[in-house]
Amino acid sequence: MNMEYVKELLVLLIGSSLVSNVVLSQFLGLCPFLGVSRKTNTAAGMGVAVIFVITLASAVAGVIYEFVLVRFHVEYLKTIVFILVIAALVQFVEMFLRKSMPSLYEALGVYLPLITTNCAVLGVAITNVQKEYGILTGIVNGFATAAGFCVAIVILAGIREKLEYNDIPAPFKGMPTVLLTAGLMAIAFCGFSGLL
Amino acid sequence: MSITGILSAAAVVGAVGIFVGLFLGVAGIRFHVEKDEKEEAVLAALPGNNCGGCGYAGCSGLAAAIAKGEAPVNGCPVGGEAVSGRIAAIMGVEAGSQERKVAFVACMGDCEKAKEDYEYTGQHDCRIMAFVPGGGPKSCSSGCLGFGSCVEACPFDAIHVVNGVAVVDKEKCKACGKCVEACPKHLISLIPYKAEYVVACSSSDKGPVTMKACQAGCIGCGLCARNCPAQAVTVTDFHATIDQEKCTGCGTCAEKCPKKCITRT
Repeated sequence: MNMEYVKELLVLLIGSSLVSNVVLSQFLGLCPFLGVSRKTNTAAGMGVAVIFVITLASAVAGVIYEFVLVRFHVEYLKTIVFILVIAALVQFVEMFLRKSMPSLYEALGVYLPLITTNCAVLGVAITNVQKEYGILTGIVNGFATAAGFCVAIVILAGIREKLEYNDIPAPFKGMPTVLLTAGLMAIAFCGFSGLL
Repeated sequence: MSITGILSAAAVVGAVGIFVGLFLGVAGIRFHVEKDEKEEAVLAALPGNNCGGCGYAGCSGLAAAIAKGEAPVNGCPVGGEAVSGRIAAIMGVEAGSQERKVAFVACMGDCEKAKEDYEYTGQHDCRIMAFVPGGGPKSCSSGCLGFGSCVEACPFDAIHVVNGVAVVDKEKCKACGKCVEACPKHLISLIPYKAEYVVACSSSDKGPVTMKACQAGCIGCGLCARNCPAQAVTVTDFHATIDQEKCTGCGTCAEKCPKKCITRT
Protein backbone atom coordinates (compact mmCIF):
# COMPACT_ATOMS: atom_id res chain seq x y z
CA MET A 1 0.00 0.00 0.00
CA ASN A 2 1.57 3.26 -1.03
CA MET A 3 1.55 6.57 0.81
CA GLU A 4 -0.73 8.18 -1.75
CA TYR A 5 -3.51 5.64 -1.08
CA VAL A 6 -3.23 5.95 2.71
CA LYS A 7 -3.48 9.72 2.37
CA GLU A 8 -6.55 9.35 0.21
CA LEU A 9 -8.18 7.09 2.82
CA LEU A 10 -7.41 9.60 5.60
CA VAL A 11 -9.03 12.39 3.59
CA LEU A 12 -12.03 10.12 3.00
CA LEU A 13 -12.16 9.34 6.73
CA ILE A 14 -12.41 13.01 7.68
CA GLY A 15 -14.61 13.88 4.73
CA SER A 16 -17.23 11.20 5.40
CA SER A 17 -17.33 11.54 9.16
CA LEU A 18 -17.26 15.30 9.62
CA VAL A 19 -17.51 17.32 6.40
CA SER A 20 -20.35 15.45 4.75
CA ASN A 21 -21.79 14.02 7.94
CA VAL A 22 -24.38 11.38 7.23
CA VAL A 23 -27.18 12.90 9.29
CA LEU A 24 -26.27 16.55 9.35
CA SER A 25 -25.52 17.13 5.70
CA GLN A 26 -26.92 14.07 3.87
CA PHE A 27 -30.02 13.72 6.06
CA LEU A 28 -29.82 9.94 6.18
CA GLY A 29 -30.70 7.94 9.27
CA LEU A 30 -32.71 10.76 10.82
CA CYS A 31 -35.14 8.34 12.45
CA PRO A 32 -32.73 6.83 14.98
CA PHE A 33 -30.96 10.21 15.20
CA LEU A 34 -34.13 11.80 16.62
CA GLY A 35 -35.59 8.69 18.22
CA VAL A 36 -32.72 7.29 20.25
CA SER A 37 -31.04 10.54 21.32
CA ARG A 38 -32.84 11.04 24.60
CA LYS A 39 -29.99 9.82 26.78
CA THR A 40 -26.26 9.88 26.12
CA ASN A 41 -25.60 6.26 27.03
CA THR A 42 -28.36 4.84 24.82
CA ALA A 43 -27.21 7.18 22.04
CA ALA A 44 -23.67 5.89 22.42
CA GLY A 45 -24.99 2.30 22.30
CA MET A 46 -26.85 3.04 19.10
CA GLY A 47 -23.77 4.79 17.67
CA VAL A 48 -21.51 1.84 18.35
CA ALA A 49 -24.05 -0.60 16.91
CA VAL A 50 -24.31 1.54 13.78
CA ILE A 51 -20.52 1.65 13.37
CA PHE A 52 -20.42 -2.12 13.71
CA VAL A 53 -23.21 -2.80 11.23
CA ILE A 54 -22.31 -0.20 8.59
CA THR A 55 -18.66 -1.25 8.47
CA LEU A 56 -19.68 -4.86 8.03
CA ALA A 57 -22.48 -4.04 5.59
CA SER A 58 -20.27 -1.95 3.35
CA ALA A 59 -17.79 -4.81 3.17
CA VAL A 60 -20.44 -7.40 2.30
CA ALA A 61 -22.30 -5.09 -0.10
CA GLY A 62 -19.00 -4.25 -1.80
CA VAL A 63 -18.18 -7.92 -2.31
CA ILE A 64 -21.67 -8.73 -3.60
CA TYR A 65 -21.57 -5.80 -6.02
CA GLU A 66 -18.12 -6.61 -7.33
CA PHE A 67 -18.52 -10.36 -7.70
CA VAL A 68 -22.21 -10.84 -8.40
CA LEU A 69 -23.89 -7.77 -9.82
CA VAL A 70 -21.05 -6.53 -12.07
CA ARG A 71 -20.33 -10.04 -13.22
CA PHE A 72 -23.89 -10.64 -14.40
CA HIS A 73 -24.28 -7.05 -15.69
CA VAL A 74 -27.24 -6.30 -13.45
CA GLU A 75 -25.82 -3.29 -11.58
CA TYR A 76 -29.21 -1.61 -11.65
CA LEU A 77 -30.49 -4.23 -9.19
CA LYS A 78 -28.16 -2.91 -6.49
CA THR A 79 -30.89 -1.34 -4.29
CA ILE A 80 -33.04 -4.44 -3.97
CA VAL A 81 -30.08 -6.77 -3.55
CA PHE A 82 -28.44 -4.52 -0.96
CA ILE A 83 -31.67 -4.32 1.07
CA LEU A 84 -31.88 -8.10 1.02
CA VAL A 85 -28.26 -8.58 1.95
CA ILE A 86 -28.20 -5.95 4.70
CA ALA A 87 -31.37 -7.25 6.35
CA ALA A 88 -30.01 -10.78 6.29
CA LEU A 89 -26.63 -9.59 7.53
CA VAL A 90 -28.10 -7.84 10.55
CA GLN A 91 -30.14 -10.95 11.35
CA PHE A 92 -27.05 -13.10 11.07
CA VAL A 93 -24.94 -10.76 13.20
CA GLU A 94 -27.64 -10.83 15.85
CA MET A 95 -27.69 -14.64 15.88
CA PHE A 96 -23.93 -14.84 15.90
CA LEU A 97 -23.49 -12.36 18.75
CA ARG A 98 -26.19 -14.02 20.79
CA LYS A 99 -24.45 -17.34 20.57
CA SER A 100 -20.81 -16.39 20.84
CA MET A 101 -20.67 -12.96 22.46
CA PRO A 102 -23.69 -12.66 24.77
CA SER A 103 -22.20 -9.69 26.60
CA LEU A 104 -21.88 -7.63 23.42
CA TYR A 105 -25.36 -8.81 22.42
CA GLU A 106 -26.73 -7.55 25.72
CA ALA A 107 -24.88 -4.25 25.35
CA LEU A 108 -26.20 -3.57 21.86
CA GLY A 109 -29.65 -4.78 22.88
CA VAL A 110 -32.58 -3.62 20.80
CA TYR A 111 -30.43 -1.29 18.70
CA LEU A 112 -29.09 -4.07 16.54
CA PRO A 113 -32.41 -5.12 14.95
CA LEU A 114 -33.43 -1.45 14.78
CA ILE A 115 -30.56 -0.78 12.41
CA THR A 116 -32.00 -3.16 9.83
CA THR A 117 -34.31 -0.38 8.80
CA ASN A 118 -31.77 2.41 9.10
CA CYS A 119 -31.47 4.03 5.69
CA ALA A 120 -27.94 5.21 6.44
CA VAL A 121 -26.76 1.61 6.02
CA LEU A 122 -28.25 1.31 2.55
CA GLY A 123 -27.16 4.90 1.83
CA VAL A 124 -23.52 4.07 2.49
CA ALA A 125 -23.63 0.91 0.37
CA ILE A 126 -25.11 2.82 -2.55
CA THR A 127 -22.75 5.79 -2.16
CA ASN A 128 -19.82 3.37 -2.25
CA VAL A 129 -21.06 2.06 -5.58
CA GLN A 130 -21.97 5.42 -7.07
CA LYS A 131 -18.59 6.93 -6.24
CA GLU A 132 -16.93 3.79 -7.60
CA TYR A 133 -14.98 3.05 -4.43
CA GLY A 134 -13.15 -0.24 -4.22
CA ILE A 135 -13.99 -2.70 -1.46
CA LEU A 136 -11.37 -1.46 1.03
CA THR A 137 -12.13 2.21 0.30
CA GLY A 138 -15.80 1.35 0.71
CA ILE A 139 -15.20 -0.19 4.12
CA VAL A 140 -13.23 2.89 5.24
CA ASN A 141 -16.01 5.12 3.92
CA GLY A 142 -18.59 3.03 5.75
CA PHE A 143 -16.68 3.18 9.02
CA ALA A 144 -16.15 6.94 8.72
CA THR A 145 -19.78 7.61 7.89
CA ALA A 146 -20.94 5.53 10.86
CA ALA A 147 -18.42 7.26 13.12
CA GLY A 148 -19.89 10.58 11.96
CA PHE A 149 -23.35 9.29 12.88
CA CYS A 150 -22.10 8.21 16.29
CA VAL A 151 -20.50 11.61 16.97
CA ALA A 152 -23.63 13.47 15.86
CA ILE A 153 -26.09 11.36 17.88
CA VAL A 154 -23.99 11.53 21.05
CA ILE A 155 -23.66 15.32 20.76
CA LEU A 156 -27.41 15.69 20.16
CA ALA A 157 -28.19 13.45 23.14
CA GLY A 158 -25.89 15.55 25.33
CA ILE A 159 -27.63 18.75 24.25
CA ARG A 160 -31.06 17.17 24.75
CA GLU A 161 -30.13 16.11 28.27
CA LYS A 162 -29.18 19.71 29.06
CA LEU A 163 -32.33 21.08 27.46
CA GLU A 164 -34.51 18.80 29.57
CA TYR A 165 -34.71 21.18 32.50
CA ASN A 166 -35.08 24.39 30.53
CA ASP A 167 -38.26 26.39 30.47
CA ILE A 168 -39.19 26.06 26.80
CA PRO A 169 -42.35 27.72 25.43
CA ALA A 170 -45.10 25.13 24.98
CA PRO A 171 -45.20 25.16 21.13
CA PHE A 172 -41.48 24.40 21.01
CA LYS A 173 -41.46 21.63 23.63
CA GLY A 174 -40.27 18.22 22.53
CA MET A 175 -39.59 17.46 18.87
CA PRO A 176 -39.52 21.08 17.55
CA THR A 177 -36.64 21.93 19.87
CA VAL A 178 -34.84 18.73 18.90
CA LEU A 179 -35.22 19.52 15.20
CA LEU A 180 -34.04 23.10 15.75
CA THR A 181 -31.06 21.76 17.70
CA ALA A 182 -30.28 19.33 14.89
CA GLY A 183 -30.50 22.21 12.40
CA LEU A 184 -28.10 24.36 14.43
CA MET A 185 -25.76 21.38 14.70
CA ALA A 186 -25.89 21.01 10.92
CA ILE A 187 -24.87 24.67 10.54
CA ALA A 188 -22.05 24.13 13.02
CA PHE A 189 -20.88 21.10 11.09
CA CYS A 190 -20.72 23.26 7.95
CA GLY A 191 -17.63 24.73 9.58
CA PHE A 192 -15.79 21.47 8.91
CA SER A 193 -16.00 22.05 5.17
CA GLY A 194 -12.92 24.26 5.51
CA LEU A 195 -10.90 21.21 6.56
CA LEU A 196 -10.64 19.73 3.09
CA MET B 1 -35.04 -4.73 -22.34
CA SER B 2 -34.92 -8.20 -23.76
CA ILE B 3 -36.43 -11.26 -22.17
CA THR B 4 -32.97 -12.57 -21.29
CA GLY B 5 -32.32 -9.38 -19.31
CA ILE B 6 -35.47 -9.90 -17.29
CA LEU B 7 -34.66 -13.55 -16.76
CA SER B 8 -31.09 -12.89 -15.68
CA ALA B 9 -32.25 -10.17 -13.28
CA ALA B 10 -34.82 -12.50 -11.78
CA ALA B 11 -32.25 -15.27 -11.60
CA VAL B 12 -29.67 -13.09 -9.84
CA VAL B 13 -32.09 -11.68 -7.28
CA GLY B 14 -33.69 -15.07 -6.82
CA ALA B 15 -30.33 -16.76 -6.37
CA VAL B 16 -29.20 -14.14 -3.87
CA GLY B 17 -32.50 -14.53 -2.03
CA ILE B 18 -32.26 -18.31 -1.92
CA PHE B 19 -28.63 -18.15 -0.86
CA VAL B 20 -29.38 -15.64 1.89
CA GLY B 21 -32.38 -17.69 3.02
CA LEU B 22 -30.41 -20.90 3.16
CA PHE B 23 -27.54 -19.13 4.89
CA LEU B 24 -29.84 -17.69 7.53
CA GLY B 25 -31.59 -21.02 7.94
CA VAL B 26 -28.32 -22.84 8.50
CA ALA B 27 -27.08 -20.08 10.78
CA GLY B 28 -30.34 -20.26 12.71
CA ILE B 29 -29.70 -23.94 13.43
CA ARG B 30 -25.99 -23.48 14.04
CA PHE B 31 -26.39 -20.55 16.40
CA HIS B 32 -29.55 -21.73 18.05
CA VAL B 33 -29.83 -20.45 21.60
CA GLU B 34 -32.17 -22.20 23.96
CA LYS B 35 -34.72 -19.64 24.93
CA ASP B 36 -36.43 -20.34 28.16
CA GLU B 37 -40.05 -21.32 27.56
CA LYS B 38 -40.85 -20.22 31.06
CA GLU B 39 -39.45 -16.76 30.37
CA GLU B 40 -41.80 -16.26 27.44
CA ALA B 41 -44.79 -17.51 29.42
CA VAL B 42 -43.93 -15.20 32.31
CA LEU B 43 -43.55 -12.27 29.92
CA ALA B 44 -47.00 -13.00 28.53
CA ALA B 45 -48.45 -12.98 32.04
CA LEU B 46 -46.92 -9.62 32.99
CA PRO B 47 -48.95 -6.46 32.36
CA GLY B 48 -46.62 -5.14 29.65
CA ASN B 49 -46.62 -1.49 30.77
CA ASN B 50 -42.81 -1.51 30.91
CA CYS B 51 -43.11 0.97 33.78
CA GLY B 52 -39.94 -0.22 35.48
CA GLY B 53 -41.62 -0.29 38.89
CA CYS B 54 -40.02 -3.66 39.58
CA GLY B 55 -36.54 -2.20 39.22
CA TYR B 56 -35.76 -3.97 35.93
CA ALA B 57 -35.51 -2.31 32.54
CA GLY B 58 -38.99 -3.45 31.57
CA CYS B 59 -41.35 -6.38 31.65
CA SER B 60 -38.96 -8.52 29.60
CA GLY B 61 -36.17 -7.82 32.10
CA LEU B 62 -38.33 -8.93 35.00
CA ALA B 63 -39.52 -11.97 33.07
CA ALA B 64 -35.92 -13.07 32.49
CA ALA B 65 -35.09 -12.53 36.16
CA ILE B 66 -38.15 -14.46 37.35
CA ALA B 67 -37.41 -17.33 34.96
CA LYS B 68 -33.86 -17.51 36.31
CA GLY B 69 -35.16 -17.41 39.84
CA GLU B 70 -33.42 -14.12 40.61
CA ALA B 71 -36.65 -12.24 41.21
CA PRO B 72 -39.63 -13.37 43.27
CA VAL B 73 -42.79 -14.40 41.41
CA ASN B 74 -44.55 -11.42 42.95
CA GLY B 75 -41.86 -9.05 41.67
CA CYS B 76 -44.35 -7.04 39.65
CA PRO B 77 -45.87 -4.35 41.88
CA VAL B 78 -48.38 -3.36 39.23
CA GLY B 79 -50.02 -6.69 38.46
CA GLY B 80 -50.85 -7.48 42.05
CA GLU B 81 -52.05 -10.88 43.18
CA ALA B 82 -53.71 -11.83 39.90
CA VAL B 83 -50.45 -11.62 37.96
CA SER B 84 -48.26 -13.13 40.67
CA GLY B 85 -50.70 -16.05 40.93
CA ARG B 86 -50.45 -16.72 37.21
CA ILE B 87 -46.65 -16.44 37.25
CA ALA B 88 -46.49 -18.73 40.27
CA ALA B 89 -48.51 -21.32 38.33
CA ILE B 90 -46.01 -21.06 35.44
CA MET B 91 -43.02 -21.33 37.75
CA GLY B 92 -44.64 -24.01 39.88
CA VAL B 93 -44.21 -22.29 43.23
CA GLU B 94 -46.50 -20.80 45.82
CA ALA B 95 -47.23 -17.15 45.15
CA GLY B 96 -47.20 -16.10 48.77
CA SER B 97 -49.50 -13.33 49.75
CA GLN B 98 -48.51 -10.00 48.37
CA GLU B 99 -49.89 -7.09 50.26
CA ARG B 100 -51.29 -4.43 47.99
CA LYS B 101 -49.63 -1.12 48.56
CA VAL B 102 -50.46 2.40 47.56
CA ALA B 103 -48.50 5.61 47.49
CA PHE B 104 -49.29 8.16 50.14
CA VAL B 105 -48.32 11.83 50.34
CA ALA B 106 -47.56 12.77 53.92
CA CYS B 107 -48.71 16.38 53.80
CA MET B 108 -52.05 18.08 54.17
CA GLY B 109 -50.80 21.65 53.97
CA ASP B 110 -53.05 22.89 51.19
CA CYS B 111 -53.44 26.52 50.11
CA GLU B 112 -55.63 27.40 53.12
CA LYS B 113 -53.81 25.51 55.85
CA ALA B 114 -50.16 26.08 54.95
CA LYS B 115 -48.68 29.56 55.08
CA GLU B 116 -46.60 30.91 52.24
CA ASP B 117 -43.65 33.21 52.80
CA TYR B 118 -43.98 34.85 49.40
CA GLU B 119 -45.75 34.52 46.10
CA TYR B 120 -43.80 32.39 43.63
CA THR B 121 -44.32 32.96 39.93
CA GLY B 122 -41.46 30.99 38.41
CA GLN B 123 -41.35 27.65 36.71
CA HIS B 124 -43.65 25.00 38.11
CA ASP B 125 -41.33 22.16 38.95
CA CYS B 126 -40.67 20.74 42.40
CA ARG B 127 -37.10 19.79 41.52
CA ILE B 128 -35.93 23.36 41.01
CA MET B 129 -37.26 24.46 44.40
CA ALA B 130 -33.90 23.57 45.90
CA PHE B 131 -32.58 26.69 44.10
CA VAL B 132 -35.43 28.96 45.16
CA PRO B 133 -35.11 31.09 48.34
CA GLY B 134 -36.41 29.18 51.37
CA GLY B 135 -36.74 25.99 49.34
CA GLY B 136 -40.03 27.12 47.85
CA PRO B 137 -42.81 29.53 48.78
CA LYS B 138 -44.35 27.42 51.58
CA SER B 139 -43.22 28.32 55.08
CA CYS B 140 -43.01 24.66 56.06
CA SER B 141 -39.66 23.21 55.04
CA SER B 142 -41.06 19.71 54.64
CA GLY B 143 -44.41 20.42 53.03
CA CYS B 144 -45.66 19.37 49.62
CA LEU B 145 -44.49 21.97 47.12
CA GLY B 146 -47.51 21.34 44.93
CA PHE B 147 -45.79 21.80 41.57
CA GLY B 148 -46.57 18.28 40.48
CA SER B 149 -43.28 16.55 39.70
CA CYS B 150 -44.99 13.43 41.05
CA VAL B 151 -47.96 13.99 38.73
CA GLU B 152 -45.57 14.06 35.77
CA ALA B 153 -43.84 10.89 36.97
CA CYS B 154 -47.03 8.86 37.44
CA PRO B 155 -47.64 6.49 34.51
CA PHE B 156 -51.14 5.66 35.75
CA ASP B 157 -52.68 9.11 36.23
CA ALA B 158 -53.18 8.28 39.90
CA ILE B 159 -51.70 11.36 41.56
CA HIS B 160 -52.94 14.92 41.20
CA VAL B 161 -52.27 18.25 42.82
CA VAL B 162 -55.46 19.32 44.55
CA ASN B 163 -55.51 22.76 46.16
CA GLY B 164 -51.71 22.93 46.36
CA VAL B 165 -51.10 19.43 47.71
CA ALA B 166 -50.50 16.18 45.83
CA VAL B 167 -53.20 13.61 46.48
CA VAL B 168 -53.04 9.94 45.47
CA ASP B 169 -56.05 8.20 43.98
CA LYS B 170 -55.95 5.00 46.00
CA GLU B 171 -57.85 2.96 43.45
CA LYS B 172 -55.75 3.96 40.45
CA CYS B 173 -52.40 3.69 42.24
CA LYS B 174 -50.36 0.63 41.30
CA ALA B 175 -47.53 1.29 43.77
CA CYS B 176 -44.88 1.42 41.07
CA GLY B 177 -42.93 3.91 43.16
CA LYS B 178 -42.24 6.47 40.41
CA CYS B 179 -43.67 9.33 42.50
CA VAL B 180 -41.70 8.21 45.55
CA GLU B 181 -38.53 8.73 43.54
CA ALA B 182 -39.72 11.96 41.95
CA CYS B 183 -40.58 13.85 45.15
CA PRO B 184 -37.58 15.99 46.13
CA LYS B 185 -39.02 16.40 49.62
CA HIS B 186 -39.38 12.62 50.12
CA LEU B 187 -42.97 13.03 51.24
CA ILE B 188 -44.33 10.06 49.36
CA SER B 189 -44.07 6.53 50.66
CA LEU B 190 -45.76 3.24 49.94
CA ILE B 191 -48.23 2.25 52.63
CA PRO B 192 -50.46 -0.83 52.84
CA TYR B 193 -53.70 -0.42 50.93
CA LYS B 194 -55.54 -1.54 54.06
CA ALA B 195 -53.95 1.09 56.32
CA GLU B 196 -56.78 2.86 58.11
CA TYR B 197 -55.15 5.88 59.68
CA VAL B 198 -52.06 7.76 58.60
CA VAL B 199 -50.14 10.81 59.74
CA ALA B 200 -50.43 13.26 56.88
CA CYS B 201 -47.46 15.39 57.83
CA SER B 202 -43.73 15.01 57.49
CA SER B 203 -42.53 17.94 59.55
CA SER B 204 -39.96 17.07 62.16
CA ASP B 205 -39.55 20.69 63.21
CA LYS B 206 -40.29 21.65 66.79
CA GLY B 207 -43.93 22.20 67.67
CA PRO B 208 -43.98 26.01 67.63
CA VAL B 209 -42.16 26.16 64.29
CA THR B 210 -44.62 23.75 62.68
CA MET B 211 -47.51 25.55 64.34
CA LYS B 212 -46.49 28.85 62.74
CA ALA B 213 -46.02 27.35 59.28
CA CYS B 214 -49.10 25.19 58.89
CA GLN B 215 -52.48 24.64 60.51
CA ALA B 216 -52.35 20.93 59.72
CA GLY B 217 -48.82 20.16 60.88
CA CYS B 218 -47.88 17.51 63.41
CA ILE B 219 -46.51 19.40 66.43
CA GLY B 220 -45.42 16.29 68.24
CA CYS B 221 -47.75 16.82 71.22
CA GLY B 222 -47.99 13.09 71.80
CA LEU B 223 -51.74 12.98 72.49
CA CYS B 224 -52.13 10.28 69.85
CA ALA B 225 -49.37 8.13 71.32
CA ARG B 226 -50.72 8.47 74.85
CA ASN B 227 -54.26 7.61 73.87
CA CYS B 228 -53.62 4.78 71.44
CA PRO B 229 -54.99 1.58 73.02
CA ALA B 230 -52.72 -0.58 70.89
CA GLN B 231 -49.53 1.47 71.40
CA ALA B 232 -49.21 1.73 67.66
CA VAL B 233 -48.26 5.40 67.60
CA THR B 234 -44.83 6.69 68.47
CA VAL B 235 -43.56 10.26 68.48
CA THR B 236 -39.97 10.88 67.50
CA ASP B 237 -38.44 14.18 66.38
CA PHE B 238 -41.71 16.02 67.11
CA HIS B 239 -43.47 13.82 64.61
CA ALA B 240 -45.97 10.99 65.09
CA THR B 241 -45.67 7.70 63.25
CA ILE B 242 -48.27 4.96 63.12
CA ASP B 243 -47.07 1.37 63.05
CA GLN B 244 -49.50 -0.16 60.56
CA GLU B 245 -48.78 -3.67 61.87
CA LYS B 246 -50.09 -2.77 65.31
CA CYS B 247 -52.84 -0.36 64.27
CA THR B 248 -56.31 -1.71 64.86
CA GLY B 249 -58.05 1.13 63.09
CA CYS B 250 -59.95 2.33 66.13
CA GLY B 251 -59.50 5.98 65.19
CA THR B 252 -58.70 7.28 68.68
CA CYS B 253 -55.58 9.03 67.42
CA ALA B 254 -57.46 10.90 64.71
CA GLU B 255 -60.04 11.99 67.28
CA LYS B 256 -57.47 13.23 69.78
CA CYS B 257 -55.16 14.97 67.27
CA PRO B 258 -55.48 18.69 67.91
CA LYS B 259 -54.19 19.60 64.44
CA LYS B 260 -56.28 16.98 62.65
CA CYS B 261 -53.26 15.79 60.71
CA ILE B 262 -54.07 12.13 61.35
CA THR B 263 -56.60 11.13 58.74
CA ARG B 264 -58.44 8.14 57.40
CA THR B 265 -57.02 6.99 54.13
